[in-house]
Amino acid sequence: MFARLISILVLVTVSSSAYARLEILITEGVNSARPIAVVPFKWLGKGKKPQNFSEIVAADLQRSGKFNPLSIEKMPKTPSSSKDVDYAAWTQLGIEAIVMGEVKPDETTPGKYVVTFELLDVLTGNVNMPNFDPIMDKRRNTVTTAQLRQYAHRISDIVYEKLTGERGAFLTRIAYVAIDRSSSHPYQLRISDYDGEGEKLVLRSKQPIMSPSWSPDGRKLAYVSFEKRRSQIFVQDLYTQKRELMTSFPKINGSPSWSPDGTKLALVLSKDGQPEIYTFDIKTKALKRLTNNRVIDTEPNWTPDGNSIIFSSERGGRAQIYQVSLTTGETKRITWQGDINLGGTITPDGDNLVMVSRHNGNYMIAVQDLESGELRTLTKTQLDESPSIAPNGSMIIYSTVYQGKQGLALVSMDGRFKANIPANNGEVKSPAWSPFLQ
Amino acid sequence: MNRSMITKGLLIALPMLAISACSSTSDADAEAQRIADQAAADAAAAQQAAQDAVQTDTIQAIQLTAEEKLVEMYSSAILETTINFEFDQSVISPKYALILDAHAKYLVNNTDKSITVEGHADELGTPEYNIALGERRGLAVSTYLENMGVAASQITVVSYGEEKPVNLGHNEMARSENRRAELVY
Repeated sequence: MFARLISILVLVTVSSSAYARLEILITEGVNSARPIAVVPFKWLGKGKKPQNFSEIVAADLQRSGKFNPLSIEKMPKTPSSSKDVDYAAWTQLGIEAIVMGEVKPDETTPGKYVVTFELLDVLTGNVNMPNFDPIMDKRRNTVTTAQLRQYAHRISDIVYEKLTGERGAFLTRIAYVAIDRSSSHPYQLRISDYDGEGEKLVLRSKQPIMSPSWSPDGRKLAYVSFEKRRSQIFVQDLYTQKRELMTSFPKINGSPSWSPDGTKLALVLSKDGQPEIYTFDIKTKALKRLTNNRVIDTEPNWTPDGNSIIFSSERGGRAQIYQVSLTTGETKRITWQGDINLGGTITPDGDNLVMVSRHNGNYMIAVQDLESGELRTLTKTQLDESPSIAPNGSMIIYSTVYQGKQGLALVSMDGRFKANIPANNGEVKSPAWSPFLQ
Repeated sequence: MNRSMITKGLLIALPMLAISACSSTSDADAEAQRIADQAAADAAAAQQAAQDAVQTDTIQAIQLTAEEKLVEMYSSAILETTINFEFDQSVISPKYALILDAHAKYLVNNTDKSITVEGHADELGTPEYNIALGERRGLAVSTYLENMGVAASQITVVSYGEEKPVNLGHNEMARSENRRAELVY
């Protein structure tokens, strides 16, 4: 018990001292991004304002690649309520929508704040017709100091959904493996908010950690650990830190992927010879083998409907992506272009396949329309791997090499928006985007 | 770089080899008997020396180091522990036969010893594919050793894929060093 207490203390100490500290740097913007204004929220309390809401919301919207927030210096005025808005001035600047709000201390409960915000449609406001309300959304919420940052992302989600019709994915997290070779435990499984803030340590080890996969409820991670100098698959509860060993067969225990209903893992075992795809029931531990041949089968991922699994296989010579139906057992090849295709994931809407595609020796992130078969490469780098799709299907996070270091990067599903996410120390790989967390 | 990594690997591997090379089950008894015999012989020699007209002295035989003993028995190839591979291949080049033959002979002579073959890949391709490729390389080495008479129970294969490069660079030279299997005692 005492030893366990100490180990928890050690974890806490480490997580506050050895940050990988991720930061998103936009490398390719989108010309057609929609102009929008996020006015600084008015602070109605005394002293310094507790959190810069407008900065977080503007950064979120800009990083979606779909919006181009107006800089504060260019704003004609900085109103905090729809009652004080001169729509004509914003129309002249071509602004489509305005986000504004107020933050005041909760008079009854210290440490809490009342946050109000409004989303205004500038065009409707400027037309000024009695039956058309420019207020697209208006909310008031009481939040604690610890929730302020989360609530800013929540506002971004609401704004994004109102303006695009697609759910926002700003209130999400990423899991990744950081490697700090100067540390006594160089391999570190970490999670942070999608924007790199609020980084936390999940596990650190002297031996490699691989392949984090989120449970559909966003509460647990499955991963591969070599802590016993062999591969084993674990599931760890992020809230209680409780770890459970899933598989520890001879040879490969790899590539866990959580089923959409949360009851099974798809995984790779080579205990019977070659690496083969299995499903593993988390409760009953029952294994079901899905592939059986003399070549490599790996990287299983569930289709969003949970009825089939896609995987990489060398059965046709070089690695391509195949799909096996869990109901009929029927297997078909789904990629035909590119020398090699690996690491496939189906987008949440089920329409596209995101993967690592090799062209002229370069490994790049590519997306294939499953109906037409059309393949588009989204990146121009050479060493891309481990693509993971945001739960709303808007963005892909992946691992690549830039400036001689392995780090994470973002690309929008249409390939037009790109950002690097460098770590300020060590290298970072194997990103996994969480499901929606609210 | 490659050379220094091999040396580093050996610094760990060799003491273990050395211990095993000069210890066998009946060694302790034989050693005690040898010391007793030597003491008796020394006493007799001293008595004899006092009576003899001429005297002689003994000198120590040259002792080989543990490494030298291993090299004498298994050739200098036993000191090498890394097998490199071509891109996306798991075929063992004939130039590594001497190394693997030396280790096979050692393992056949020392059936109580076991070896871990660690398979590794370069950074090209995905981490999961590279785990599979690293295992294929480890198994190629394992099969070679088994064909030379080593028992399967003496060999464990572990693939680390692209997770433990020896050269952290991102160029072809680094990659060729990272495509490897390592013999770990």
